[in-house]
Amino acid sequence: MNTPLDVAADLAAKPTWRARKNTLMTGLMLAAFVLIAIPLVAVLWSLISRGASVAFHGFPDFFTSTIPVVSRRAGPGMGPAIVGTLLCTGGATLIAVPLGVLGAIYLNEYGAGSKFARIVRFMAMVMTGVPSIVMGLFVYVMWTMRFGYSAFGGALALACLMLPIVIQATEQMLRVVPSQLREASFALGAGHARTILTVVIPAALPGIVSGALLAVARAAGETAPLLFTVGAATAYNPHLFSEANTALSVQIFGNATSSFDAAQQRAWGAALTLVLLTFVVTMIARLVTGRFALKR
Amino acid sequence: MATEHTIEAKPRARSLNHVPTPELRPSMLDALMTAPVVFEISNLDVYYGAFKAVRGVNVQIRANQITAFIGPSGCGKTTVLRCMNRMNDLIPGARIEGKVLYRGVDLYGPDVSPTIVRRRIGMVFQKPNPFPKSIYDNIAFGPRVNGVRDRTKLGEIVEKSLRNAALWDEVKDRLQSSALALSGGQQQRLCIARTIAVEPEVVLMDEPCSALDPIATAHIEELMRELKSKYTIVIVTHNMQQAARVSDFTAFFTAEADASGQRFGQLVEHDATGKIFSNPKDQRTENYITGRFG
Repeated sequence: MNTPLDVAADLAAKPTWRARKNTLMTGLMLAAFVLIAIPLVAVLWSLISRGASVAFHGFPDFFTSTIPVVSRRAGPGMGPAIVGTLLCTGGATLIAVPLGVLGAIYLNEYGAGSKFARIVRFMAMVMTGVPSIVMGLFVYVMWTMRFGYSAFGGALALACLMLPIVIQATEQMLRVVPSQLREASFALGAGHARTILTVVIPAALPGIVSGALLAVARAAGETAPLLFTVGAATAYNPHLFSEANTALSVQIFGNATSSFDAAQQRAWGAALTLVLLTFVVTMIARLVTGRFALKR
Repeated sequence: MATEHTIEAKPRARSLNHVPTPELRPSMLDALMTAPVVFEISNLDVYYGAFKAVRGVNVQIRANQITAFIGPSGCGKTTVLRCMNRMNDLIPGARIEGKVLYRGVDLYGPDVSPTIVRRRIGMVFQKPNPFPKSIYDNIAFGPRVNGVRDRTKLGEIVEKSLRNAALWDEVKDRLQSSALALSGGQQQRLCIARTIAVEPEVVLMDEPCSALDPIATAHIEELMRELKSKYTIVIVTHNMQQAARVSDFTAFFTAEADASGQRFGQLVEHDATGKIFSNPKDQRTENYITGRFG
């Protein structure tokens, strides 16, 4: 029936509607990617072009000097805000990550289908939708009004924000650990706790770390919860629990809304510093978890 | 049977260690029948929630023999197997009625710890399921659960288990690399090595070769014949040739529908493999093994 020539003609690509649809869709996806990239690149570009000259002028002055008390005075720096951000975010991480991870372990490994677990899971979902300024007000009323401004107040507010993110990310990661691994562990005579600690958690660890980092990065950039809880210091305050402190995000907000050029310059510098700080923390966490990874 | 160095007996499990030697049951028919009975399952019903999945199973498993469970899908082979080391406890809503006696002790008795039961009665699963850890850590997992901390001893156990599972020569140079990099057949042998590293008395295998090619299957079958001298083996298989090749006893299960149309599994016949395959008592068994059904 078919000669070889016919077969070649039969198999050859034809300009069908399906082929055109393929090209069209590929083009649309590429366009979407470019559209996504534009704001990302633009943000980074404006940060670097305006912030780098401020932040790296007379390096490392900007990162070490105290904040000028009179905001119209030109010059560095953001040292106390860096310390404040590290204290608030670090404190929040120490509160939210252990609580969130343990809670998620309960939800997925012990509570699973129980009514209590369902309620907690639902509350965590609702909590992710609570505006961050509400968290700030909550901590202001519960803590700051009694104990005054401190980095710890900020840490509490940020922890409230991070907690649901950590719980949800961790539970998601625990859920995708194959049940065959749990069965294998039980079949070797391991108990529940040992199975979770030595099989489930290590298998889910990269995902848990990612979730925690996402929460940390989000918390580090939050301004609203810190406005009423941290205060506005201009000098170094390394104490977590006492005296007013400050944070990069609060400084960006304060300085950027100022009418003085010097303050606005500092806001750009602080913004770049915050991005760099988040980047460095993320890289360190990735490197540390990378060391646990298996060699193939 | 079990050497004591890897096992810290918790007081709860004492009843498992101090059982009298099972009585011998001589049989005129077959020398096989003289092997001591390890498992005595009587009137076993298994429920998943309200659904009675398996009904009225009576079977005896003899020491240092390979017993094969065969039958069509949904006939309860795996369910019964998983009752033998209490793996069904992990499924919410699963429960049993009837007795599962292991060397005379009721496995579902109030003082029995499922954790310790599973140290004595190991299991190899259908799909190779190595931990995402190194080869070494996979094998050392069980001994570590049993409290072995000494590195030299762990190293010895790892080597011995891998040798017994016929995997040592292939992996001895890369014990620290990921077990997930192994081929499917190697992974399954790794899982067998991991199971025998805790020196169980019984190894339950749930279709261990269903994901493997014929060469890897031949490896595992050869392995089973070697392991038989040390362990009692129960294997679930869909492959009747495999049952005929490796097993000493065969239990044939089938799925039936009750009056309400609910399908459930039951045991039809259990006998020496030679008899099941040459001269079965039940017509359904004969239909199944001759390929007229299932």
